[in-house]
Amino acid sequence: MTALPKSLEDNRRLDRWLGFAAGRVQVSVGKVEIGQGIATALAQIAAEELDVSLARLDWRAGDTQLAPDEGSTSSSLSIEVGGASLRLVCAEARALFLAEAARLLNASPDELDIADGAILRDGAETGHDYWSLAARVELARDATGAVPPKPRAAHRIVGTSTPRRDLPEKLAGRGFVHDMVLPGMRHARVLRQPRPGATLVSLDAAAIARAGASLVRSGDFAAVVAPTEAVLRSAAEAARPQWRDGDAAAPEMAEAAWLATQPADIRTRGSEASPPAGRRHAASYSRPYVSHASLGPSCAVAHEHDGILEIWSHVQGVYPFRANAAGTLGRDPDSIIVRHAHGPGCYGHNGADDAALDAAIIATLLPGTPIRVLWSRADEFAFAPAGTAMQTSLSAVLDADGRPIDLSATIVSGVHVNRGAGRLLAARTLPNAQPLPPPAESSDPYPGAGTRNIVPYYDIPATRYAHHLVAGTPIRTSALRGLGAVENVFALESFMDELAGLAGRDPVAYRLGLLSDPRARRLVERTAAMANWPARGPAGTGVGLGLAFARYKNRSGYACVAVRVEADTEIRLRHIWCAADAGLAINPDGVRAQLEGGIIQAASMTLKEQLRIDADGIASRSWADYPILRFSEIPPIDIALMDEPDEPSLGMGECTMGPTAAAIANAASHALGLRLRHMPLTRERILAAAA
Amino acid sequence: MTSLTVNGTVRTSVSPPATPLLDVLRGEFGLTGTRFGCGEEQCGACLVLIDGAPAQACGREIATLEGRAVTTVEGLAGHGIIAALIAEQAGQCGYCLSGMAVAAAALLARNPTPGRAEIAQALDPQLCRCGAHPRILRAVERAARDMAAGGTGR
Repeated sequence: MTALPKSLEDNRRLDRWLGFAAGRVQVSVGKVEIGQGIATALAQIAAEELDVSLARLDWRAGDTQLAPDEGSTSSSLSIEVGGASLRLVCAEARALFLAEAARLLNASPDELDIADGAILRDGAETGHDYWSLAARVELARDATGAVPPKPRAAHRIVGTSTPRRDLPEKLAGRGFVHDMVLPGMRHARVLRQPRPGATLVSLDAAAIARAGASLVRSGDFAAVVAPTEAVLRSAAEAARPQWRDGDAAAPEMAEAAWLATQPADIRTRGSEASPPAGRRHAASYSRPYVSHASLGPSCAVAHEHDGILEIWSHVQGVYPFRANAAGTLGRDPDSIIVRHAHGPGCYGHNGADDAALDAAIIATLLPGTPIRVLWSRADEFAFAPAGTAMQTSLSAVLDADGRPIDLSATIVSGVHVNRGAGRLLAARTLPNAQPLPPPAESSDPYPGAGTRNIVPYYDIPATRYAHHLVAGTPIRTSALRGLGAVENVFALESFMDELAGLAGRDPVAYRLGLLSDPRARRLVERTAAMANWPARGPAGTGVGLGLAFARYKNRSGYACVAVRVEADTEIRLRHIWCAADAGLAINPDGVRAQLEGGIIQAASMTLKEQLRIDADGIASRSWADYPILRFSEIPPIDIALMDEPDEPSLGMGECTMGPTAAAIANAASHALGLRLRHMPLTRERILAAAA
Repeated sequence: MTSLTVNGTVRTSVSPPATPLLDVLRGEFGLTGTRFGCGEEQCGACLVLIDGAPAQACGREIATLEGRAVTTVEGLAGHGIIAALIAEQAGQCGYCLSGMAVAAAALLARNPTPGRAEIAQALDPQLCRCGAHPRILRAVERAARDMAAGGTGR
């Protein structure tokens, strides 16, 4: 038997996933809705395999008491792993019910079918359904994974653009953890340690009390608790905490170039042979620190009651967070329940875990009182983990035709994977805070973090890379949509255009000469056709067309992006085209939404975004300091979803990020007749490249 | 105390006069559709209509609203823009959508047939981080069409 998908291997019991009662199907999963539409796509998979209507599903996602442990909702794996697991669970449950019905009806299971939960025999109702049989069918058993799911041709719900389950409630003014109100709930805010390691010297407790609030404190952890949000804000302002010491940062640390001067843990992978002699080309690319910049600040509610600490949060992983909180609080994980609740858009490891730990600590200090923590906008910018700055340097040896026969890469990066016990902000301020071990991050090519997508998808006989992992970033960094693939694909796909130029070849033809995967070739050809590539024109006219391709993690979703820009001392997006291959798209419109969103977010980062740094760390603390792309700056975006329904479903949430960044750089370089290698591609960068 | 009309109903706030309207709506009146995004009038998540004109609720003190009429996203429940946003699946996380709906309703009230550039201009102060912009633009166009056809607008 082939191995079960990880989520099912980790949660074998069928009744962990499914229950049938009162004409409803209770589906419990660990992969959570973070704005990517996963709750809808997974529901389609469940309804499809069970042969029930979507309207019968009651959905529970991310709950340490009631739902399976699927780890974190990350890395574009929720369909590939979570969906594959749920599909097997539902197929097996359906088969068990059919077998029981067949026994009762003295029929063969082959004679039976299911329509919206009712058992049919030769198309006629039998009087049996999931709910009438539920008492007879034991789901408290381990899945075998041996029941084959439906063939593609039988799909009626999978493959359709089913509307999102969560949008109506959100538009009706409910649905976010921010909107939760518990009886007696109080509002709280932590007075944040301004620099790592700083010690709290004093604060104005009398002023906090005059403002109508109270203070809770444990070591250097101090929080203001108030009856309303408005009182909380004035009390937090009145607190005037004084801190001493702590690690200072400096403005020059905001640049990727500074990171490259720092001590690093160097790991090498790939070909151990030295690069051969021959004509070479080398170039270095970078991106700065970038912010998740979610539209709503992080929020959580926590309530210590009846010996249980109950937490509602928009974390990506309720079980990993519970383990982290249990370690920090020194209590049994079984005494903590973490329930996922909707939050503003999540693009990776943002402030959600920190806000949840804030609320948890305050709740344990004030047992019986539900505590709501909502970060300020300034705190969200300043204290949520950032996407790390990176520098990727490439060196190729070329054959007589200008094709790369050997490629060496050097990646300099802070950490992209920075979860785990003791690493959350509040944990660093508690009296029992332990010294942190250095960050652990694999340098393997798959799935990769800083090294993600550094191995080209092209046919290059020998490749190797060195990963310089820098622990001493000036600000806390962790996973942000695409991780290292954004910078690595930006570098590789910019480099491909440079190599094509040196070879005197068209960039599309040059890529196709190195791509053997037929799906990748179709995608590049399709994108080029959409963008009318043959009419591209010469370089340096102020109008440019650029293209870039990657397969995310070299195993997941394929995306090719083409961009037309106008450029002088600034870059204006004029049109974007994207062809993508998701394999079997569970929800084609949901895939398109993810592609569009990734393109726009990547375009914003590529053109505009960089976190500024001063002595107190992140200095960009408002939207005025950290502009993102607005409506009037976003061009028409045409998406073509390739039809590959017989191929396995691929995760699509992150696959456009790197190709978009590189396509913009390639288009701008074509327009300007000069190469831009450092994000963001601002006026200053253009002037510097031209000088 | 401040008396104002919220979504057609007269409400009285007992919050201190300097309390932002956003806190009154969410905390005192339980109308959580108006979202807190920044508290600095920079993102548009808390956009409401005050006597029909768009305003960011985080920047308006409750005492300045005596006798005024406030419309929140809850007050747009039957408005064509809500159905259009759902029809176009114009949200990813959905956190910005209340403000988008209010901004669009204000635009459509003064210009029932806006072109795409006019829509983008009207929505430009409204931030979205998920990249739902193309769908939101299409939703406003759809709402305009539906309302012109005598549909669900008002």
